[in-house]
Amino acid sequence: MAGIRGPRQRAASQRPAANDRWVARRQRMARRRRAFSASAAAERERAARLARRAADTARDAARHPAEHPPPGPFRPGTWRSPLRGLWLTSVLAVVLLAGLTIVAVTGLLSYAAYDPLLGSNDTTPGANLLKFYLFTWPTHPSWWYRVDQGVHVTLGLALLPIVLMKLWSVLPRLFAWPPVRSLAQILERLSLIMVVGGVLFEFATGILNIQDFYVFPFSFYTAHLYGAWVFIAGLVIHVTLKFPRMMRGLRSRSLRRELRTPLAGTQPEEPDEAGLRAARPGVPTISRRGLLAAVGGASLTLAGLVAGQSIGGLARRTSLFGPRGLSATAPHYLPVNRTAASIGLTAQEVGPTYRLTLAGAHHLMLTYEQLRALPQQAVELPIACVEGWSYSARWTGVRLGDLARMAGMPEPAGALVESIQQIGSWRAVTLSAGQVLDPQSLLAVTLNGHILPWDHGYPARTIIPNAPGVHNTKWVNKITFLRQV
Amino acid sequence: MTRMASPSARLDVRARNVAGRVRRASGWVRRWYGANPLHLLALLAAFALAGYAVHAVIAAGQWTGFAVWFAVAIIGHDLLLFPLYSLADLSLRHLLPGGSHGRLPGVKPATRGPFEAFQSAGAQPVDTRPAPGPPPTAAAPGAAAQPGSGAPAWPPLLNYVRIPVIFSLLLLLTFFPMILGLSAPELHRASGLGTGPYVWRWLGVTGAMFAISAAAYALSTRRAAGRARPGGRRD
Repeated sequence: MAGIRGPRQRAASQRPAANDRWVARRQRMARRRRAFSASAAAERERAARLARRAADTARDAARHPAEHPPPGPFRPGTWRSPLRGLWLTSVLAVVLLAGLTIVAVTGLLSYAAYDPLLGSNDTTPGANLLKFYLFTWPTHPSWWYRVDQGVHVTLGLALLPIVLMKLWSVLPRLFAWPPVRSLAQILERLSLIMVVGGVLFEFATGILNIQDFYVFPFSFYTAHLYGAWVFIAGLVIHVTLKFPRMMRGLRSRSLRRELRTPLAGTQPEEPDEAGLRAARPGVPTISRRGLLAAVGGASLTLAGLVAGQSIGGLARRTSLFGPRGLSATAPHYLPVNRTAASIGLTAQEVGPTYRLTLAGAHHLMLTYEQLRALPQQAVELPIACVEGWSYSARWTGVRLGDLARMAGMPEPAGALVESIQQIGSWRAVTLSAGQVLDPQSLLAVTLNGHILPWDHGYPARTIIPNAPGVHNTKWVNKITFLRQV
Repeated sequence: MTRMASPSARLDVRARNVAGRVRRASGWVRRWYGANPLHLLALLAAFALAGYAVHAVIAAGQWTGFAVWFAVAIIGHDLLLFPLYSLADLSLRHLLPGGSHGRLPGVKPATRGPFEAFQSAGAQPVDTRPAPGPPPTAAAPGAAAQPGSGAPAWPPLLNYVRIPVIFSLLLLLTFFPMILGLSAPELHRASGLGTGPYVWRWLGVTGAMFAISAAAYALSTRRAAGRARPGGRRD
């Protein structure tokens, strides 16, 4: 408007005195009409041009879909966070590479701790090749399994915020357009299903399992193991293909400088080869160091609120979210993962009619009193659950080696320990020769100076150094010493 | 070409032929496949290992549940959890000062825009003197920031709300079976314990986090006020 009015006003002021005001007005109106119709025509022209361009774009999009992403997340402009970039993703990746490797190794060691190669122990018979690394689980050091599972569960929880942050940092790539450029890329994207699906599957099943929330339609033990192998396959190939890029990412910025940069100085990263940096980054609302501090803090908080259940002592009081963290109701009492009530144990089964059967070279049956009359040993050993919690306690009972000698088999190849328990898993466990003959392996009858509580396997239970919790069979009524396993 | 070649020269020629053929084949794979042949081999090895594990799942008769949970894990995160938390964050940024849009009513932005502050090297958070240079343009990064008008500057509130909320929701996401009591029957059967305390612990931890955050905010407000007072600037 200013452009139109300016010259017109100037023209009017330059006109000689109003001898023909009427003509001037006619001319003015005519000009205005012409201007109006011209602008209307221009408007029409513009609309037509836009329509033509839209039609061209549509035709072009149909002909070359690769260059025309559909709306929404497929448009690069949708992703605005100025913090996304190769450096941030690489920092999270290197932490996960170290952390997830430890979680995977401790997990695979835990599988070995169950001694699946012995007798009836194996609940995963379908995957013989995946047992390539198994070895007879040792009884020393007695704290190994406790540490292994404490690390597996606690570190796993600590990595959850980092996994989520890493997925956040690369999520735009899920919507990369065009979705595929080559066969190589199709295969690589398929392999990401193994990493992303694998890590989420393992974290979900693991986290639900430590809380006894069995909503999954499969056996935890089986699915968590096989899911881990799918994940490991995906992780190995992902790291193989992306390691050089991760190193370039790490070198692209200085960590020390990032840690000194406040929000006011936070700028987007340089555009990178991976396309992680936003095409049109927005204004940051948190500094990069703030983001890392938040993720690290969340990580420490999650781990810190459970770790006490594995550390024990005073730290146990900090285990606000450990499923067995603050649960000890009496000083001499330890938590359990199977109660006597849950297996329907009756007073009759553990009453005066209770007999312990020992089978070896010959058969013999012992009453509870006879068992108590045998030479008793005292040991200090932890109960360490696969779910991460562990408690150390003092146990007294009869050495399994002594019982083997009584059964006429002082050098057995192993032993099958059976329970009164009729339902549920782990009611029978095969022990290795090393476990039977370890001087600390007991058929225990007391716990911290008290007769075994029912929930802890009264009248007698095994306690084996360094064995997973469920391999310490409760309510034992039969031990068969084996010539071969 | 017509003269007889020595045996060693003939071997040399043959080796060169083989090398050339390998190079041609590799180039052909590269064109057809889109990457180095080793890329293909490595991926096939990974698929073989994962395939073996999946075969074991099938042998265990747990294939359907396994596949469904795998798919739900991916879809649940990428297409449900992620959009939900992004939307929540976006809403919070619109509602609270310090976000890309929000400011305290009647209060000028406490800091200059992050870009301009960085570029103007001094990076002084609040300057009460009128800044020289062209008038501010909100949309253009790189333009001079709006000079503070002397009103006390509030540090952005956003992160002091966002961080404790994220921590609290993360705890809920992780321990919801116990916090909401969903796993109470099984946990009781296994351990004889209840899930009763967990909801209170969650609320307590959440409250503690907000309290810490509020204290940190109060501290940074004090610091900002100290800087804004004439002569109170610490830089």
